[in-house]
Amino acid sequence: MSARAPRTLFEKVWRNHQVRRASADAPAILYIDLHLVNEVTSPQAFSEIAERGLAVRRPDLTLATIDHAIPTLPPGLDGLRPFVSRAARDQVDRLQANAARHGIAFLGWDDPRRGIVHVIGPELGATQPGMTIVCGDSHTSTHGAFGALAFGIGTSEAAGVLASQCLPQRPPRQLLVDVQGVLPRHVTAKDLTLAIVGRLGASGGSGFAIEYGGQAIRALSMEERMTVCNMTIETGAKTGMIAPDETTLDYLRGRPLAPSASEWAEKSRRWLELRSDDDAVFDHRVTLDARGLAPMVTWGTTPDTAIAVDAIVPAPASADARRALDYMRLEAGRPIAGQPVDWVFLGSCTNGRLSDLRSAAEVLRRGGHIAPGVRMLVVPGSEQVRREAEAEGLDQLFLQAGAEWRLPGCSMCLGMNGDVTPPGQLVVSTSNRNFVGRQGPGARSILASPATAAACALAGAIADPRDYLERPAP
Amino acid sequence: MSAPNFPPLIRYTAPIVALPASGIDTDQLFPARFMTTTSRAGLGELLFHDWRHDAAGAKTSHRLNRMPPGGPAILVAGANFGCGSSREHAVWALADFGARVVISSVIAEIFAGNAVRNGVLPIVVEEAVVQRLMACDGGDLTVDLEHQRLTTPGLEDMPFAVDGFARRCLMEGVDALSWLLGQAQDIDAFERDRRNGRGGGGGC
Repeated sequence: MSARAPRTLFEKVWRNHQVRRASADAPAILYIDLHLVNEVTSPQAFSEIAERGLAVRRPDLTLATIDHAIPTLPPGLDGLRPFVSRAARDQVDRLQANAARHGIAFLGWDDPRRGIVHVIGPELGATQPGMTIVCGDSHTSTHGAFGALAFGIGTSEAAGVLASQCLPQRPPRQLLVDVQGVLPRHVTAKDLTLAIVGRLGASGGSGFAIEYGGQAIRALSMEERMTVCNMTIETGAKTGMIAPDETTLDYLRGRPLAPSASEWAEKSRRWLELRSDDDAVFDHRVTLDARGLAPMVTWGTTPDTAIAVDAIVPAPASADARRALDYMRLEAGRPIAGQPVDWVFLGSCTNGRLSDLRSAAEVLRRGGHIAPGVRMLVVPGSEQVRREAEAEGLDQLFLQAGAEWRLPGCSMCLGMNGDVTPPGQLVVSTSNRNFVGRQGPGARSILASPATAAACALAGAIADPRDYLERPAP
Repeated sequence: MSAPNFPPLIRYTAPIVALPASGIDTDQLFPARFMTTTSRAGLGELLFHDWRHDAAGAKTSHRLNRMPPGGPAILVAGANFGCGSSREHAVWALADFGARVVISSVIAEIFAGNAVRNGVLPIVVEEAVVQRLMACDGGDLTVDLEHQRLTTPGLEDMPFAVDGFARRCLMEGVDALSWLLGQAQDIDAFERDRRNGRGGGGGC
């Protein structure tokens, strides 16, 4: 009997879904277990299959919701929701109609399960270990936190998944990111993911699927793991995965779409087998030590420009870096702390979960009121996050601190819905991208954790959350 | 079998448009606020909108504004072109603008996949080759997909690698969705095996 070849977690999930292997002149075909659909990247996919007279092959494996371009303010006195445009409103109606026509579950305005697609998938237990999950959104890698093979796709590919439940794919190479040690006190998963993206660079993951492992990763909660996997795409990697363990099972047990009690034992046993074999071969390995990390912020216009919040802005090493510093109006050689802040955005598929809101609240509790002149938007990632936060009084805490408490959605992460930072102003954002103009034309974005964002709101400037967190709670 | 929504690309000659910045992301290519469209057509005007328009909406002196509408053009860009959001609007805008080839030392994977499906060829070459091509900014470059060579006056021909399936789709006008639907037997078999508890794991 020949020994079975050792495999990585990625390879195991890939093989389980390979309808056909890749050949020299054709890609592999992967079967997709869950297709998540939003209002913004789906209309042309539905048009495409309609024009061809095709049906949705597996509406039962498709889940639609609205998140990207929806207002986060409640309906006005006229009873109408304040969409940024007629076109944005029409997209929501269009998705609802497409979902109804094809028998796809649609989580719309009145659905208590509505939220950012990468927040609700896990929350509902729709996201499960070993699945293949795709969505017309690059942050689909979030679901890799469960040991799912999850990645963003284009709209044409989405049309293909609607029609065939499959996707042509070339297998990527394998990269292990091994994070040793444990995170220091007051250093969060967002700081870790910014450090990883900084270490790999904005294209350092290109051509790879990443597996995150090591003591620091194992110690993370599921929500923290989602934050880490979420930003994998900022390295250019196809996906980021973490092997399921007891933490994963504890999170999933009892969720609405998780396996029933009678199936649980068998499913969970299989899930725990989904890990890289001890002798699995990775094409590349990167090791980080979590123990030396500090709260991180970005100085440039790509997410890999992360430095410790108490560090100085580095001297530009390229024309791109000089351009980025000019755009950000930052000066090399000066501390980034103290840089005046105009806006703070707390939310997104990166950091819009309950633990993120709690983390920001811990800081605000110790600081009183946000600085005069600062506007802070707090946008829960889902209706469930909103309900849970309100149940523990976080909405009141944010409001009393001077922040705005909004309805769930992607909001200022990409500024599609009208929640934007005005030109020239600086926003500290818990989201994932600080690209030029991403959060509004001319907006200057600094990425940070929820705790750091809250500290910045209090100080009215880039600030170290540890300065607040080390104070006794009131 | 349906035809794709683009003509085959075998040999393509167009002026080089050098975009030296690295990390040109899809938010630059197609700002998010325009993604409320439900169409794929006529988006070329929005390509690099915020580079080509000032805050008041007036056209800037950006060179893309001086190019003939509808192309042709070959973008030669700094590393990590097309990174960020998966929005296919970036490619729809590029194709409508008339650029059917993009060359860089790194092209983001989702962008590259979207490109091929819309008749746009992503070519990855070494940074040194990118630099050589950028030095010929404005000059004509011929992309010979059949022989996988780049030809421009004054430089030796440069070979390039390309995924075999992408090459076939572009040269022969293979429609990726029709091709996928052509694999229905295998897909049926996979689903059948799964229902019978064989093969295919996953959470389902």
